[in-house]
Amino acid sequence: MSRDYERQRQFTRRAMVFGAGKAALVLTLLGRLHYLQIIEGDKYKLLSEENRINLRLLIPPRGLIKDRRGVVMAENAQNFRLLLIPEKSGNLGLTLTKLIRILNLSEHDIGRIQAELVKRPKFQPIVVNDALEWEQMAALELHNLDLPGASIEVGQSRYYPFAEITSHALGYVAPVSEKELDSNVFGDDPLLKAPELRVGKKGVEKKYEQELRGLAGSSQLEVNAYGRVIRELATDEGKPGQDITTTLDIEIQAKAMALLEGQSGSAVVMNAHNGEVLTLASAPGFNSNLFNNGISVKAWEELLNNPRVPLTNKALAGLYSPGSTYKIVTALSALEYGLVSPRERIYCDGHTELGSAIFHCWKKGGHGYLDLVGALRESCDVYFYEIASRLGIDRLAETSRKLGLSAPTGIDVPGEKSGLVPDRRWKQQRFKKPWHLGETLIAGIGQGYVLTTPIQLARMTAQVINGNRQVAPFIVRGQQQAAAGAAPDLLAPKFKQEHLDLVIEGMRQVTMEPNGTAYAARIRKPGFDMAGKTGTSQVKRISLAERARGITKNENRPWRDRDHALFVGFAPIAQPKYVAAVVVEHGGGGSAVAAPIARDLLLMAQLRDPELANRSAAETEVAPLPADQQPSGDEHD
Amino acid sequence: MIKAIANLYEVARDRFWTPLPDSLAIPEKMQRLPWPVIGIITLLALIGVMALFSAGGGSFQPWAGAHLLRFCVFFGLMLFLALVDIRRWLHMAPLLYGGCLVLLVAVEIVGSIGMGAQRWLDLGFIQLQPSELMKICLLLILARYYHGVDAESIRGWRSLVVPVLLTVIPVALILRQPNLGTASILLFLAGTLTVLAGLRLSVIIAGISALLAAIPVLWHFMHDYQKQRVLTFLEPETDPLGSGYHIIQSKIALGSGGVFGKGYLDGTQSHLNFLPEMQTDFIFTVFGEEFGMFGAALVLILYALLIAYGYLVAFNAQSQYSRLLAVGLSTNLFLYLFINVGMVMGLLPVVGVPLPLLSYGGTSLLAVMIGFGLLLNLDIHREIRLPLRGTG
Repeated sequence: MSRDYERQRQFTRRAMVFGAGKAALVLTLLGRLHYLQIIEGDKYKLLSEENRINLRLLIPPRGLIKDRRGVVMAENAQNFRLLLIPEKSGNLGLTLTKLIRILNLSEHDIGRIQAELVKRPKFQPIVVNDALEWEQMAALELHNLDLPGASIEVGQSRYYPFAEITSHALGYVAPVSEKELDSNVFGDDPLLKAPELRVGKKGVEKKYEQELRGLAGSSQLEVNAYGRVIRELATDEGKPGQDITTTLDIEIQAKAMALLEGQSGSAVVMNAHNGEVLTLASAPGFNSNLFNNGISVKAWEELLNNPRVPLTNKALAGLYSPGSTYKIVTALSALEYGLVSPRERIYCDGHTELGSAIFHCWKKGGHGYLDLVGALRESCDVYFYEIASRLGIDRLAETSRKLGLSAPTGIDVPGEKSGLVPDRRWKQQRFKKPWHLGETLIAGIGQGYVLTTPIQLARMTAQVINGNRQVAPFIVRGQQQAAAGAAPDLLAPKFKQEHLDLVIEGMRQVTMEPNGTAYAARIRKPGFDMAGKTGTSQVKRISLAERARGITKNENRPWRDRDHALFVGFAPIAQPKYVAAVVVEHGGGGSAVAAPIARDLLLMAQLRDPELANRSAAETEVAPLPADQQPSGDEHD
Repeated sequence: MIKAIANLYEVARDRFWTPLPDSLAIPEKMQRLPWPVIGIITLLALIGVMALFSAGGGSFQPWAGAHLLRFCVFFGLMLFLALVDIRRWLHMAPLLYGGCLVLLVAVEIVGSIGMGAQRWLDLGFIQLQPSELMKICLLLILARYYHGVDAESIRGWRSLVVPVLLTVIPVALILRQPNLGTASILLFLAGTLTVLAGLRLSVIIAGISALLAAIPVLWHFMHDYQKQRVLTFLEPETDPLGSGYHIIQSKIALGSGGVFGKGYLDGTQSHLNFLPEMQTDFIFTVFGEEFGMFGAALVLILYALLIAYGYLVAFNAQSQYSRLLAVGLSTNLFLYLFINVGMVMGLLPVVGVPLPLLSYGGTSLLAVMIGFGLLLNLDIHREIRLPLRGTG
């Protein structure tokens, strides 16, 4: 009994120790529970949500791009994609074999699909083809029952109804490139990582990318441990991209492209009062719809190897010697510096000699005596050799810069080139050689180093007719204030009005006088008449950009040897409103090729402008010029 | 045929129901049953049904219904075990132990392959794991043995030969399965009983030292998956998608439950399959995610009360057999709780130990219900003095 008592006491002692140990361990469990659920609870709540919720971005519809009258030039079309869900296809190999036959898939596509089949979970759809054609859809519908797991899904793709006509102004969209992601050009919008997203690569599409893109919507999906979607928890529709209304007039734009058909060149039509660009044509265009789903290598190479460089927007990036259109600058410069009087006549016998060199006038026999207006009218080279030599290159360069040459116009379309206005310092820096007088002479007629873009020529013309006010060209409404604010010094008056009037009169006589260089291309409709200046430039190459890319082969082609045809003009003469600049590469003479294009475009712009088209007959009468400014303008001396 | 059944019934009645001398009548025993304890057991089982209903995606299929049914059957078994005279269990201990050994050998021979280890005997309605039952049987046989050994002789090594053999044979069989977890639990239970029976303090210290020294040797003989479990337990984040995945997801589930949980049937971790084996080893996590600290602590406290009840029975008992068996059963329950909950909370390595009453699984439920039956049996028979010798 006492033994058992002893045993019991020992048992009780030791059991107490065990019991205390257990109690301590149970308390440890409770403490751990407290730590996990209370102290670290928030952290684990977050982790649990991250586990569970998968955010899927919804791509907002891209904003439309319209012309000035609301005609849609870039829209979102539905495209049809074929998706394949592997786990629903039963016999996957058989389904794939059939799809390859029906869709005529390339080796490359098959490789991509097979790689995705290995990589992705079985329940995630794989894109077999993302631009089904109608015949393919019909074939798929027909074999519907034999193709378990395959389904057609509607997506959105950018569609440009006018394709080639608007390709340079609007640009195009394509998937985001690695480079664009790395360089952060589009910001850090999470949308950019979405594989279906398209971003603007050129033109308005690129410039207004942020506005057009909109804000990403998102769909919160609950997923299980294997990534399978259980249900949709919440959807944020996002914000669709803003529609953008441009200043383009699609009718005039289309007309310009039609007139440039088969040519390589550019035409710009602009409202001189406010800088609205109605036409920004560059020929040849390209089909901007090709890029949406990735352009094929073959099509891309065709575009790259085309000698007429369809990928360059020649209106902004085509660099041309302005030729005789530059005589506007030379004339204005000489008047401003007081180096020539309007009445002074200079004799042209067909050439000028400078040392041993002979500089020819375009007219073999010479023009005889001409004053400034007459020289502009007949585009006499010898007259301008003379006044250029009086001016010297630096003064000519100064006037050029005041007219906006050698600086980008700031138009809201990316890719604009600056052009070039040479002077002594530039030549010294560039070639380490002094300037020669001979170079001044050819600069005076817009040849040699001087390079301009069509949009610069258009703006220069606008400044002349605006009486000094330099406008900033733009293509999207609401941008002109911002552009003007960026360059307030441009508003300062620079030229005397009487000097500008003389140049304007010269330009009027170019088209309105029988011996004007563009008399044949005049607008015959009273009150809608056009003034302008022709130009024929002897540059055989298209632009500095192409030169850099080495596309200078095939120089033996006949059209390559021809001169560029240029024309700048405005209309109507009485109340100038619209300006046009036309360049036709290797087109021959400016009067024969470029002026008629400008004529058609300027007439169309006026007729489509209610303010001008609805004027009464009285208003369309041309006011006679004051007597003292009547040109003597005869070429008979 | 009918006669044979009648015969069997009579034998059974004689063996279990015909009162022994100084025994209580059945109604009297019923009155003595600690109904609050039975209430706690039932409550935990119902919590288990709830958690399994949730784990089944809000359905009695496939687990909750079966769990409830099993509990009802085993509840009857528990009451039956409680009411049978305590001396019969003492008497039958060697028989039960022997039977269980036979089952262990049978597993070795015809055991089906499950979870990389041969542990189950498929009896059709239940996949029996004899190793679970062996815990009870070993406690029974050891309690009975130490009951018959006086305090003096237990200090000598001779008296330890028998219990060591009784322990080592099943441990060796279970290690062969291989099931390191259950084998360790058996060793721990045997050690507990031996220490409580009066093992010399110096031997205890020597034993613990030897155990610590044996750890490197043990490591050497461990299977790769066992080593991996220990390693990922020590550093779970190093392998988030491999072995550490279970622990991390379980901690996320519990932690995200917060104070009051995500609400019944709203546990995202469990319903979206982030939890592995949620109906068995991770059922505590399922409940803890949906009911938070509030629910999880309640489960722990209810278990702690049952464990404490075992000690209460031990301290009230009049015989060494009762004391040892009560603490042994209590310790067994504690080990289930601590190892399982410690594992799901990232305190212990991932070992396949269920949480009885809550976890889906027949054998562990059977084993703890037998344990509760025996514990209740010890409680209501506490005054009965058991003979020291001649019990076998």
